[in-house]
Amino acid sequence: MGRKILMAYGAGGKLSSELLHEIILPAFDNEILNELHDGAKIGRLAMTTDSYVVRPIFFRGGDIGKLSICGTVNDLAVTGAIPKYISVGVILEEGFDFDDLKKIVNSMAAAAKEAGVKIVTGDTKIVGRGQADGIFINTAGVGELIDGVDISAKKICAGMKILISGTIGDHATTILSERHGLELPENIKSDCAPLNKMIREILTVEPKISMLRDATRGGVAAVLNEIAQAANVGILIDEEKIPVREEVRGVCDILGFDVLELANEGKIIAIVPADSSEKILSVMKKNIYGVDAAEIGEVVKNSAGKVGLKTALGAIRIVDMPDGELVPRIC
Amino acid sequence: MVKKISELAAGKKHLRFMEVCGTHTVSIFRSGIRQILPDNVELVSGPGCPVCVTNDDYIDKAIAYSQQENFMIATFGDMLKVPGSRSSLSAAQSEGAEIKIVYSPLDCIKLAQDNPDKKIIFLAVGFETTAPTAAATVLAAKAQGIRNLFMLSAQKLVPPALKFLLNDSAVKVDGFLLPGHVAVIIGADAFNFLATDFKIPSAIGGFEAEEILSALLSLLEQIDGNRAEVSNNYRSVVKAEGNVAAKKILAQVYEVTDAEWRGMGKISASGLKMRDEFATFDIERVAPIDIEHVKKKNACRCGEVLRGIVKPIDCPLFGKACKPFHAVGACMVSVEGVCAAWFKYGGSNFKWEEKF
Repeated sequence: MGRKILMAYGAGGKLSSELLHEIILPAFDNEILNELHDGAKIGRLAMTTDSYVVRPIFFRGGDIGKLSICGTVNDLAVTGAIPKYISVGVILEEGFDFDDLKKIVNSMAAAAKEAGVKIVTGDTKIVGRGQADGIFINTAGVGELIDGVDISAKKICAGMKILISGTIGDHATTILSERHGLELPENIKSDCAPLNKMIREILTVEPKISMLRDATRGGVAAVLNEIAQAANVGILIDEEKIPVREEVRGVCDILGFDVLELANEGKIIAIVPADSSEKILSVMKKNIYGVDAAEIGEVVKNSAGKVGLKTALGAIRIVDMPDGELVPRIC
Repeated sequence: MVKKISELAAGKKHLRFMEVCGTHTVSIFRSGIRQILPDNVELVSGPGCPVCVTNDDYIDKAIAYSQQENFMIATFGDMLKVPGSRSSLSAAQSEGAEIKIVYSPLDCIKLAQDNPDKKIIFLAVGFETTAPTAAATVLAAKAQGIRNLFMLSAQKLVPPALKFLLNDSAVKVDGFLLPGHVAVIIGADAFNFLATDFKIPSAIGGFEAEEILSALLSLLEQIDGNRAEVSNNYRSVVKAEGNVAAKKILAQVYEVTDAEWRGMGKISASGLKMRDEFATFDIERVAPIDIEHVKKKNACRCGEVLRGIVKPIDCPLFGKACKPFHAVGACMVSVEGVCAAWFKYGGSNFKWEEKF
């Protein structure tokens, strides 16, 4: 039997990386792609693309449409760009509900308006019943890189601080709860949001921010591991400083998840010079999407390429790259 | 608490405490408890992960059923990647077998109703914690007249496994951290034999770092006072008699039988089998299937890992041929498997390098 694609290849962990390095990169090999940032930098432009297949398509705090705009906007913004233009490709399954499509499209329009981007081109394809699952959306985006800003792993050095723009795990908890039929706690909803304005605000007060990432698939654990490896530095975070909603912690306990590995759709991680950390934090906190922002750790010289977590007991343990599908425990 | 543990451990011989619950294993790693314990207090993991103790024959059988026309397998997600003797359910699925992941056996009721022309088989594995919901599912199916839902049953019991370990001279344990969830169901009293028959200290612990530390402290206090008892350090939820209602439905549906454990072989009276009056829900009695018993030959040491005789890193395959996504042994499969937890939290290297 030949090798087959498993679900875990799409989970943003070790296997996703294996797929990328074994199949994709050798075929497309070029210096822009090889940077492997969320968005490609081409001269003064940034470009990115992403496909959206979330289930359920409507969830508390958002829907597949809002997600498809915010995700692409955020990928451009963390590249250090001002998002400008978006393309939308939609694949619909025969029999999809007309009103649902209308709702999704309106939601995309609203998100684009909030983010200040224009949807300028698109495509719609219909496939037969059973040949897709309701609706899949692909968006691509183009933005203008901000002068004087250079988001690059090469700029990261020991002593820099690590900031997170708010509570983690909200999006994944919402989706997983709805999927598993768990009752979703009252004030938990997806954090899906366009973060480009907040990012612009912090880059205005400190253009020397070295790294920005949105902590989507694989969560904080995946993003920090990628950064530690790309920059060849150690990263030490403090469990007690990481903002997590009590209800999210509860769902994690029930389903056996590590909140550090849960996807977010409205949270950025920023690696910033130590002396401007407080200033940046206060700007983040003033934005509605950064109210719960916190400094959660720092870049260290030891343990290059690794991420450590200082636990509530004072012990330090390794935070590994998540390795695939989230499976709940069985006892 | 850590200080008290250190004080009590000082001057004592090397102590080995075994936890027999995968959730404990993971929590110990997540909170970094190993790193702060004194050098002479070692934590070893026992057969506490239901997926890990499920043997090859069971997986082979599940695969064989999944390949038959009009059968659908319903299972907890962890089971998909467990290697059988030749293949796994995950591989069977990518070749077309119908396998659905469920989060509770009760979900199978709806699955059976939605697919009246299919035979749904739930892979009923697990310990005393999951067995009552499987029993409740069988009772519900019977009450609702559902005829296309079956169990492939390999439920296991924890106390007989502990007894087996204590009778094995290769296993050296000075105390047990007992599984809180299992104790909720069967009650603290079900572990009394550890103190009376084996004179070995034990403590029922919760799953938060502090709760685990408090149970470990209690083990040290017992050793220090030369006592052996079953200390209940999870009093908020564990009663002496357990959950009477859950025990009742267990007894209604199941009877105790011998069971095969991966790495330990047959342990008498360590498993559950459906009573004759529920035989129509037992797929092995409704549609028996023959599989060829294959003895696997490789260097995998899961069997010894599960008995706490060797550490995962002592296995020649650990982290090399055997990794979470190319698991050779079952202990590497489940997120709560001993090897998977060791691998995820840094292999042998728990220590964050402090030097600059």
